Amino acid sequence: MSSLPGWKALPPGCPVQEPLSAHKNHTGSWRSERPLWNHDHCVKCGVCDMFCPEACIKANAEGFYLANLDYCKGCGICMMECPTQCISMKQEEE
Amino acid sequence: MGTRKGMEVSIGIAEAAMMANVDVIPAYPITPQTHIVEHLAELVADGHLDAEFVPVESEHSAMSAACGSMAAGARTFTATASQGLALMHEILFIASGMRLPIVMAVANRALSAPISIWNDHGDVMAERDTGWLQVFVENGQEAYDHVLWCHRVAEDHDVLLPIMLNFDGFILSHVVEPIEVWSPEEVKQFLPDYVPPYRLDVDNPWTFGAVGIPDIYAETRMAHNEALTDSQKVMEKAWNELSEVVGRKYHAVESYKTDDADIVFLIMGSVAETCMTACDQLREAGKKAGVVRIRMWRPFPFAEIAKELGGRKVVVAVDRALSTGGCGGPMASEVKGALYHLDKRPQVIEFIAGLGGRDITIGDFMDMYDKGVAVASGGALPRYELLGVRA
Repeated sequence: MSSLPGWKALPPGCPVQEPLSAHKNHTGSWRSERPLWNHDHCVKCGVCDMFCPEACIKANAEGFYLANLDYCKGCGICMMECPTQCISMKQEEE
Repeated sequence: MGTRKGMEVSIGIAEAAMMANVDVIPAYPITPQTHIVEHLAELVADGHLDAEFVPVESEHSAMSAACGSMAAGARTFTATASQGLALMHEILFIASGMRLPIVMAVANRALSAPISIWNDHGDVMAERDTGWLQVFVENGQEAYDHVLWCHRVAEDHDVLLPIMLNFDGFILSHVVEPIEVWSPEEVKQFLPDYVPPYRLDVDNPWTFGAVGIPDIYAETRMAHNEALTDSQKVMEKAWNELSEVVGRKYHAVESYKTDDADIVFLIMGSVAETCMTACDQLREAGKKAGVVRIRMWRPFPFAEIAKELGGRKVVVAVDRALSTGGCGGPMASEVKGALYHLDKRPQVIEFIAGLGGRDITIGDFMDMYDKGVAVASGGALPRYELLGVRA
């Protein structure tokens, strides 16, 4: 049985009252490549964070950047923009 | 008891919107709807109507603003025609998908090119599948009554859908007719205040028009379709209560002299009145003609069409629009689709008449009747005919 609501359970027009409910939709499942950081070359500039269209790249406790793979779609923009070229894209199936 | 006044039908529609005490009117003027919005702008400017008149820069903006005001819980009325309705196209789906009960009068007019400001039903037929409720009226009184009726139906919590009130451009919009206007007591008795089930509110926030992923989109369409189909119950109830208040009774499909008719005309809009006059003259000549008029176009009146037309031998369908390169007239196509499942179904002779404001005369109906008789007597059934087109 599906846990998704049937049509009768939907309020007219499907308005949403729960803030940030879109977070439940893990769009990272669309990804075919994932970004990998070589932190040996990372200068912690944050350009990858600024350019990420999903806003899913955040710094960890040491200040190094990583993508939240629940939402990263593997677009590769972080890899293209990284000034030290410390990001590479790896096929998911590898 | 209301007062009977001579007034242009467009003015009547604007006065009815005032009686409905609408809160917001986002509108852009376009022939032949202009007098409605001009008069509403005057009523607001002169202090007769406490409403926000939003003079938008296009019909696309008019419908967008209507969605916003309706989502905020404000009773919203607008009007358009032809190219203006076409420009609203993408937002019409948003209004119906978000289940916003906007009331919109459409002064039906042909679409360009070539430019035509005159009447046919090409504009609304292009918006047939936008998920709106759609009704047609035949005269000024029906137009006036149905503005109030439309708000009543659309805003019902079992419906919550936008509605198009279709009336023929110029033939009705620019003609002065006697119209019985409602008293404030009658309006109060018939039309309650609009109470939105939820609305845009900073203290109690809702998101309207969020993304519908593949897991949910089909369910939203099912819910929309079921609500639209079921709305006929609310429509019938509102027509009954309207008759209790002002004494005029309307139906989803209305028939005229059909009991013993051998040829039945099928038609929508103001030309039905010409058709009924032609029917009277045919009857005087001993010819058994009858008329069936569709008032409720969405939801489509399947049961009524089966009842009125199922047992007939020949139906003469008179469309006011052409599905170019397709089946011909959209009304006749749908009616034939509705009849297909019946054991006994009539032959349907299709005419497309009055495109771009070409007059449809009593003589035209006489000719169509004769062609109906020819088919009833075993003549070949033509595919469809654009009436009166020169070779």
